[in-house]
Amino acid sequence: MKKKALKKLLSLVIVLTVAVALCACGGDKSTDEAAGAEGAEESAGEAGQADAADNNSSQAGEPTTGGSVTVGMTQDLVSLDPHVISDAGTRSVVFNLYEGLVKPTTDGELVPAVASDYEISSDAKVYTFTLRDGITFHDGSEVTVEDVKYSIERYAEIYGESSALSIILEEVVADSENNTVELHLTEGNSELLPELTLAIIPASNEDPAGNPIGTGPFQYVSYTPGQNLVISRYDGYWNAERKAYLDEVTFKFLADVETAYMELQAGTLDILDYLTTDQVATLADGYYVAEGSMNMVQALFLNSGSGPLADARVRQALNYAVDTQSINDFLFGGKSKKIGTHMLTSMAQYYNADTENVYSYDPQRAMELLADAGYADGFDLTITVPSSYSQHVSTAEIIVENLRAVNINAQIELVEWNTWLTEVYMGGEFESTVIAFDGTLAPSDWLERFCSDSAENFMHYSNEEFDALYEKAYSAVDQEEKSQYYKEAEMILAEDAANVYIQEPADFVGIRDELAGYSFYPAAAYDMSVIYYKSAE
Amino acid sequence: MKYVLKKVITLIITLLCISAITFGAFSVIPGDAAVSKLGVNASPQQVEELREEMGLNDPIPVRYLSWLSGAVRGDFGDSYQYDNTTVASLLADRLPVTALLAAMSFLMILALSLPLGILSARFSGKWPDIGINLATQVVMAIPSFFLGIILTYVFGLVLHWFQPGQFVQPWEDLGACLGYLAFPAAAVALPKIAMVVKFLRGSVLAEMQKDYVRTAYSRGNTKGMVLYRHVLRNAFIPVITFLALVIAEILAGSIIVEQVFSVPGVGRLLITAILNRDYPVVQAVVMYVTALVVVINFLVDLLYQAVDPRIKTSG
Repeated sequence: MKKKALKKLLSLVIVLTVAVALCACGGDKSTDEAAGAEGAEESAGEAGQADAADNNSSQAGEPTTGGSVTVGMTQDLVSLDPHVISDAGTRSVVFNLYEGLVKPTTDGELVPAVASDYEISSDAKVYTFTLRDGITFHDGSEVTVEDVKYSIERYAEIYGESSALSIILEEVVADSENNTVELHLTEGNSELLPELTLAIIPASNEDPAGNPIGTGPFQYVSYTPGQNLVISRYDGYWNAERKAYLDEVTFKFLADVETAYMELQAGTLDILDYLTTDQVATLADGYYVAEGSMNMVQALFLNSGSGPLADARVRQALNYAVDTQSINDFLFGGKSKKIGTHMLTSMAQYYNADTENVYSYDPQRAMELLADAGYADGFDLTITVPSSYSQHVSTAEIIVENLRAVNINAQIELVEWNTWLTEVYMGGEFESTVIAFDGTLAPSDWLERFCSDSAENFMHYSNEEFDALYEKAYSAVDQEEKSQYYKEAEMILAEDAANVYIQEPADFVGIRDELAGYSFYPAAAYDMSVIYYKSAE
Repeated sequence: MKYVLKKVITLIITLLCISAITFGAFSVIPGDAAVSKLGVNASPQQVEELREEMGLNDPIPVRYLSWLSGAVRGDFGDSYQYDNTTVASLLADRLPVTALLAAMSFLMILALSLPLGILSARFSGKWPDIGINLATQVVMAIPSFFLGIILTYVFGLVLHWFQPGQFVQPWEDLGACLGYLAFPAAAVALPKIAMVVKFLRGSVLAEMQKDYVRTAYSRGNTKGMVLYRHVLRNAFIPVITFLALVIAEILAGSIIVEQVFSVPGVGRLLITAILNRDYPVVQAVVMYVTALVVVINFLVDLLYQAVDPRIKTSG
């Protein structure tokens, strides 16, 4: 009897052992395969990208209403309160819930949303908005001019010094008779419209973060910190022609890029952005890639406050020494846009394209400039990079190689994101750093940080000529004049070599084949209302 | 009774020390919650205001004492990162998930390592032993998180036995939840199984050299009888200590493995909290893990007495 039991046990154990052994073998094999796939990427890369869809153009198949989609994100949201200062990722998500008096289109134009019309006085001191008739909040209540007034004042109070609107806002006059809201400013400013994309929320809502209510095409369903946000179509959306197609969208927050990509491969995610070129090349069947821009300016930012970098010639030398095209080719398959200054190319009205030609890759010229400045033998340079951003780390690695060719001994110091924020960004204690900045549709938002007295000027950059031009541009009311001054100021940043501007990084978005309509905005926005499941053919 | 009291006092002192150390360590490393929350779009004044609001400008001892006075009353405060969210509510969602994962891993360890270890000792030097040895050697060499990646790849992407990321909360569908957790649990358990097998085998073989074993043989017992009736009971004592240590490691291991499998447990909460300098959450999770380890050790001490009456409570 006992012997039999033992035999049974034995056979069980053997089966288990074999299973374990198989498991281990299987594991080894899979890593081999993975390594092999990586090796093959380079050759597959070209083909993979050739297949990639053009941005903004949706494929064949009629739009259908319904269905749900899960979008992956490698970050959590800062807050669902739209007036709280937050990052680009959070703003992109809440774009679906809220609308301002005006809202951006895919071209970066601002069109009326909660307002049906607006007027700016000739001295740009009074902005008058006419409230859209019959527009409702997600809770069904009608939007009133008082809600608009409340929202503008709340935003201005929270943003304080870091918003032009709050600085020059004199008063908000809500006229319920004529259904208009007037903004009176202490000084003329024709650049305020981008700030008026600020979300209009009901004055009666006491907890905007916990119970978000807006006028957007989607309404809030649930939020689980660290896990996901679920939103659903708002059927009472004011624009009947632009109601969302999807019933429900889930934004899922993932630990890291690798996990997110694994879930995209497994089909758990339907959409995932910021794919690397490696991931684009190995994307599973059933997905296509949409290409756009991250709407960021990536650069090697320099601390011109002290050391060799205080000398403009040295900074110019760096601009000649860094091969920006090879960074673009290597990391983004050449799909990024070249830039020469601190402005997005998509903000065409303000972007000075001439800045792109100020420098070219010319190590010889760099050496001459360094010799002029007395650094013929080079110098040591630390590049501080946040370790969580692999594209910035890789960019810094290429830069180190480029600089070595001109005798500059650059070293990368990897820091955690929070450390970067505290020491580099807030503290201004660094020599150089690779990072990308985003911004709003207002040009001042991009260029203000280069003013000598700006609180956001972590680079200690100072140029009187720039300060004067910025002041003129900012106060100019005439649009033509304004953009002219801004372009001149941008040229100074380029010629004085404030930083080594690299690129506007390309954004590769993996999307399930059944889905279409994904659109890129020049502002932080994941517009889910335009995404739809294609009808079966 | 005296023994229990002593243990409880040790437990309290340990928790106090650990909490002071984590608090201190967090004050030394650069970065803070206000900066993390506001990011690059805020002005320095706004960061300063938020720091003031969060109480980050108070001296460390003051902050520690105010935290401590809340903690002893069971109030771990509000999360810095998430508006209007208490630490308790964040933990309440995640604790059951991590506990379930840890329990599954531990059951796997018990179910596999004990029979395998005994088998390996029983046939030491023969082919079952050699086979088991080889397998444990391989599995031990692979860290949990990497094993996790391998399991995800093989069973998730190639064989489609589970869908990576499609985790279901236990209160929604317990069966589906267990089915999903089996894979991260295996990733945590496999290296530990290998260790326990090796340890048990060594322990049994050492025990087999003892005098009483020779006596047992001389009384005409077969090898099997000696093993099961006499040796195992003694050989298990060091293994129990080892298993207690393994529990602590399971908790540590699941922190990493949860990331790989996107399991929304305490581990993921801890890592995001550390990255965002969300002190109240970090502090609470560390306290929970410490308390668990200390309590388990305490239970193990009690278990000793049950297994081995030679360990007297008076001692």
